[in-house]
Amino acid sequence: MSTVISSKRTAPPPAAAAEPPSRTGRRQQRIAAAVLLTPFTALLVAVFLVPVGYAIYLSFFGEDHEGLGFGGGRTVFTGLRSYLAVLQDPSFLTGFGTIALYCVIFVPLVVLSALAIALLLDSGLVRLRRTAQMLLYLPHAVPGIIAAVLWLYLYTPGLSPIIKVFAQADITIDFLGLHTVLPSIVNIALWSGLGYNMIIFYAALQALPREVIEAATIDGAGGIRTALQVKVPIIRGSLVMVCMFSLIGALQLFTEPMLMNQATPMVNSRFTPNMYIYDAAFRRNNYGLASAASVILLIVTCALSYAVTRWSGRRERSAR
Amino acid sequence: MTTTTPNSTLRTPRAGGRSRLTSRGVANAVVLIAALYTLLPALWLLLASTKNANALFGSDILSFGNFSFASNLSDLFAMDGGLYGEWYVNSLLYAVVGALTGSLISVAAGYAFDKYEFRHKEKLFALVLTGVMVPPTVLALPLYLVASGIGMVNTFWAVFIPVLFNPFGVYLARLLSSGYVPNEVLEASRVDGAGELQTYVRVSLRMLGPGFVTVFLFQLTAIWNNFFLPMVMLSDQHLYPLSLGLYTWNSSATVSPEYYPLVVIGSLLAVVPLIVAFVMLQRYWKSGLTAGSVK
Repeated sequence: MSTVISSKRTAPPPAAAAEPPSRTGRRQQRIAAAVLLTPFTALLVAVFLVPVGYAIYLSFFGEDHEGLGFGGGRTVFTGLRSYLAVLQDPSFLTGFGTIALYCVIFVPLVVLSALAIALLLDSGLVRLRRTAQMLLYLPHAVPGIIAAVLWLYLYTPGLSPIIKVFAQADITIDFLGLHTVLPSIVNIALWSGLGYNMIIFYAALQALPREVIEAATIDGAGGIRTALQVKVPIIRGSLVMVCMFSLIGALQLFTEPMLMNQATPMVNSRFTPNMYIYDAAFRRNNYGLASAASVILLIVTCALSYAVTRWSGRRERSAR
Repeated sequence: MTTTTPNSTLRTPRAGGRSRLTSRGVANAVVLIAALYTLLPALWLLLASTKNANALFGSDILSFGNFSFASNLSDLFAMDGGLYGEWYVNSLLYAVVGALTGSLISVAAGYAFDKYEFRHKEKLFALVLTGVMVPPTVLALPLYLVASGIGMVNTFWAVFIPVLFNPFGVYLARLLSSGYVPNEVLEASRVDGAGELQTYVRVSLRMLGPGFVTVFLFQLTAIWNNFFLPMVMLSDQHLYPLSLGLYTWNSSATVSPEYYPLVVIGSLLAVVPLIVAFVMLQRYWKSGLTAGSVK
């Protein structure tokens, strides 16, 4: 309604409209922009730029323990010592190895299964689409730590109905064993993320112009071919975005293994880079080491997301 | 050709009815399995919350022999001097007040990025996008170091202030503002002699309503799920949000199993607010999801 009113009102004489805004108008606009942006900019500085800067600063300093006994250590410049210590620490590198393996399993799994379900829902073959969407989306409303608790109980012998069912068929499964613990963690993340990513894909698919798909169908393309060769390339923007956010999220893995750490010796206290940071800061009280590890994780995260955007941008240009 | 079958092209069987029937069956089966996969664990949580500690470990989960939902519930709020109730209130404060304040801040910034020209605008926006790429967990330790430097560790504000920062909300609000608020409306309001901020509050913010709800829901979920930051910042149990509280109770459960039913029913109750929010506001969040994916 308001747009109707406004279109009537914005038909002042064309000369007046073409005129640049008056000086007081421009000044008013600058003031308004400043007022609207100030709270956010303050937050940007206080909880983003300053902490990152401080972490970088701290990563170059360490405690000098020679002065122990008299007022504890003093802070001295140590250059790249903390970085070298982190990068030479086998447990940090193992953590990165774990996370790399986790990404290799988790990201394709969650993206492809979410995409497949979204395509099925979009194909018109499935009944009760709204209900299916609601059920699939449900885990997104379950906080990560609760999802982890829930699945941990489903993995715990004695509590778990799954283990009980298999036991009746004389099959013993250990979800928290050496080789099963990582897939078990992947499963928790998949359960939490599947519906959310599916909705993003489904929304993008629903926004596709129907004529394109009808044209493909008339050209004789079957359902699967239409899906893979027509629909998927068009929603590649969403695809790249979901891949990137899944990847960034995967690098931050903390909640699930932190909880598993209480339940199984297979997950040690430096299982992932984030757990390493927590361990360095709060169990070993080495802020220099923790800061250096934080900065390294930050750089890796930024580099990866930059690489993904660049790579997809180049693909897009060459596809034209 | 399109005019002959305008709507039913997708549904017309091409390769005969039988294969159509098979693919329909397969498609339905796949979606059904996926739905069961997401539903069954939640259902287990619901059933398990009605069991006491012995029944949780011993009997069949489906038997309703000893229905102790009510006693679990009263135990939950009585345990450790009613800590759970405090955690619940804390979580609501962090999440609801935080998401409301945070979305007001983000929407205002996104609107300013969309509607106004100012110096270094795109540089500042590039910083916002960098903020989107940097996940909150990476910032948790640096934030702790700053907070401990100024003596704010282990306070309400140590958790509340950082969660207000929502660069993705700014990005989303800029997109939504260019979609929902036509520039002509601003021009009209200026012609009427209204001030810029007056226009924002009275006209634009109202038109941005659905976008505001989308940003709010994203942030509400993020804060409600927040775990790393409170874990790093807080040591006073009375300041804990639910996520951290349930985590500590779960640690206690490995030593004293009477905590298990409490963690179960506590988790169930902790899920309720987000589900309520999503059901009440479900009209809005989908528009936000699409807007976020279209660049």
